[in-house]
Amino acid sequence: MKIKPYGDTTGDGKVQVSFTLPLADGPQAVEAARRLALSMGLDNPLVAHHQDMGVGYTFFIIYGSCRHEVDTDDLQASQADFHHLTMDEVTAQARENLGRPVVVVGACTGSDTHTVGLDAIMNRKGFHGHYGLESSPAFVTHNLGSQVPNEVLVARAVEVGADAILVSKVVTQKNIHVTDLTELVDLLEAEGLRDRVVLVCGGPRISHELAVELGYDAGFGPGTVASEVGSFLVQEMIRRRVPGAAVL
Amino acid sequence: MQSQLGLDPGQISRARDAARRITGQVQAYIDQHTTTSTERAILRLLDVNGVDADGVPLPNCVVDNIMAGEVAGPAGAAPRNALSRGAAYWLCNAMLRLELSAQEVAEAVGRGRLNLTEVKPVDDGAIHDLAYSLAETAVIKIRSNRQERDERIRRLGDPATPWLYIIVATGNIYEDVVQARAAVKQGADVIAVIRSTAQSLLDYVPYGPTTEGFAGTYATQANFRIMREALDEASEEVGRYVRLTNYASGLCMPEIAAMGALERLDMMLNDSLYGILFRDINMKRTFVDQYFSRLLNAYAGVIINTGEDNYLTTTESYEAAHTVLASQFINEQFALRSGLPVEQMGLGHAFQMDPTIEDGFLYELAQALLAREIFPGAPLKYMPPTRHMTGNIFQGHLLDAMHNLVSVMTDQHIHLVGMLTEAIHTPFLQDRYLSIENFRYIVKNARHLGDEITLRPGGRVQQRAQLVLDRATELLEEVERVGLMQAIEQGLFAGMKRPVDGGKGLDGVIPKGPDYLGPFPHLMLPEPLRQAHADAEASIRVRNGLGAAERGTVR
Repeated sequence: MKIKPYGDTTGDGKVQVSFTLPLADGPQAVEAARRLALSMGLDNPLVAHHQDMGVGYTFFIIYGSCRHEVDTDDLQASQADFHHLTMDEVTAQARENLGRPVVVVGACTGSDTHTVGLDAIMNRKGFHGHYGLESSPAFVTHNLGSQVPNEVLVARAVEVGADAILVSKVVTQKNIHVTDLTELVDLLEAEGLRDRVVLVCGGPRISHELAVELGYDAGFGPGTVASEVGSFLVQEMIRRRVPGAAVL
Repeated sequence: MQSQLGLDPGQISRARDAARRITGQVQAYIDQHTTTSTERAILRLLDVNGVDADGVPLPNCVVDNIMAGEVAGPAGAAPRNALSRGAAYWLCNAMLRLELSAQEVAEAVGRGRLNLTEVKPVDDGAIHDLAYSLAETAVIKIRSNRQERDERIRRLGDPATPWLYIIVATGNIYEDVVQARAAVKQGADVIAVIRSTAQSLLDYVPYGPTTEGFAGTYATQANFRIMREALDEASEEVGRYVRLTNYASGLCMPEIAAMGALERLDMMLNDSLYGILFRDINMKRTFVDQYFSRLLNAYAGVIINTGEDNYLTTTESYEAAHTVLASQFINEQFALRSGLPVEQMGLGHAFQMDPTIEDGFLYELAQALLAREIFPGAPLKYMPPTRHMTGNIFQGHLLDAMHNLVSVMTDQHIHLVGMLTEAIHTPFLQDRYLSIENFRYIVKNARHLGDEITLRPGGRVQQRAQLVLDRATELLEEVERVGLMQAIEQGLFAGMKRPVDGGKGLDGVIPKGPDYLGPFPHLMLPEPLRQAHADAEASIRVRNGLGAAERGTVR
């Protein structure tokens, strides 16, 4: 099925965009914005708002009809392969199929100090009513917190016999998050540990696609809740027929 | 402002008294110790600057050199670390013996040509006099910076509160200058240069102008100077004094405070507990460091910004509000012990309530008013929502609007403007524009709303404020019973358990010797704190069985 953005009529293709141009406000700036919208593939662009920001830059809000459409038939959504269960269902699935808890080590690596996402997934309290992995007997969690060097993370994973490693990356500048994530994979491979752990990353700039490209088993973006990560971990462990699991 | 919350002044005093006693127990420890970073700050103030051939800052070279030496104790006692005499002693001894300037001594140490603890000692009295005369020069410089700030504010005018506090964070100081100038044009009253994220854990201060950083720009003295000059120019252009903020936090609190005092920063983030809880810096190190850094902030007229907002980034605001208040009390009492007056206490808090809670706005209002009424003279720092910013910029813009509304209703002083794109990227020019527009609209439109409203006695807002005060008082009294260090060990703050001898930087904490020489508290503290400090130093001498004249000898 071919679809377009929807405003109030099917197929109208309506989108809103906002951006800044390095021009002082005036007829020339408005025309520049309109031309740019046309080049973006927006028919009949309407410059709804233009505002000089006082320093030779103008802000625009534009509505237009998108020329392009997308065919949903040949789409492959970038998402890790798992059935999203509730945390209770995850617990039951682990109990029946693994017979022991999944040991999870998590950290914000490198210089990253932002643990909101990691805590939301790992800690008992979770976030916004979604309890974290720690709340389920299916998991034994070790949340190492922020600014953990990759070497320390790997050492801790070995120490506690981790089945899975979760890495959260929030802050970035000049793509440092990608560098840090890649370094961890290299380190695990160098130590011969890569295939022995389920490796997962998450954060506002992480997609499953990016994660796989970097050598991770799964990636989770913004809005992920703990039961999704939990579902993936348990189902991936079952898929791998992890040694030590009581019932396979 | 008339009390809106109907709080019992007796109960507020109870909480405050508990905090006073809590910090008093720790102050006894502080008075008997120094740290590597405190001594490096002293060296910077005595005019040691620059780096050695390997890029190591000379204050680090000098302190490391002293730390490698020992001093003989009184007969029979074990030798002690040479830093226990104070870096000023060794520096001034070498200056007098070798007839060099402070910088020349430091450079010689940096080249590996001089071992300070092996320099033959000159007369103690001469060393004392030189240390005090060098310190006096630094004190005069800091005082003149303060006067210059006052003059500029008088001439250009001080913006109305809430001050619009805007962050720049490009990693490149020159790019920061461009962004800061644009922000000032857009209405910023305060510019904060966010630090590179890992700097808090560096045990040295990077040197020179920097153009690379991660999610922020390194705090260096050269960067401070570059931004100060840019903001002075921008202040002239817009006709109001624009304040500059940086971070006196992490392992180098005192040194960065010294740099801020020398370069006329106006505000510094400075919290007595933050490094311990959120950066796993050793608590003894932090307590001693915060004391000296606040002494400098106080004397330089710098407004400190405390970090209570952090309690609410990891725990729901509804549950953790009392930890914010308890920490504010503790920060207030530690600050007073450094001679920092209430007018310079930017005690922190934040608008972080879960937006789905019924009456969440009322609770935010209650908490903001609570801080306002309990710390009436303090220029409170009010932080914007981050925890519940989801990437839905439209909802986020509304959350920011509610933050702005509470701020103007409750007379907050330092207002960090929330960005609608929080949790997506560091702000674009347009994000900052839209957020400032939001702030200005609400502050102007609701300017006197707070004056017009009387809260219903016993209503939801008053009840909420009372509950938070009750729980904060309980927490403080519990902390007093077990002691602050033990309370932190037990995880009573922010659920973080930090062992008293764990964390980073404990190896930089040194007991002061009976012959410790550190001139700055004596020159900077107001009476009666100055006398109390002198008494504390005298008690170290008494405990070591030494009279004032009897000193340890250099081995």
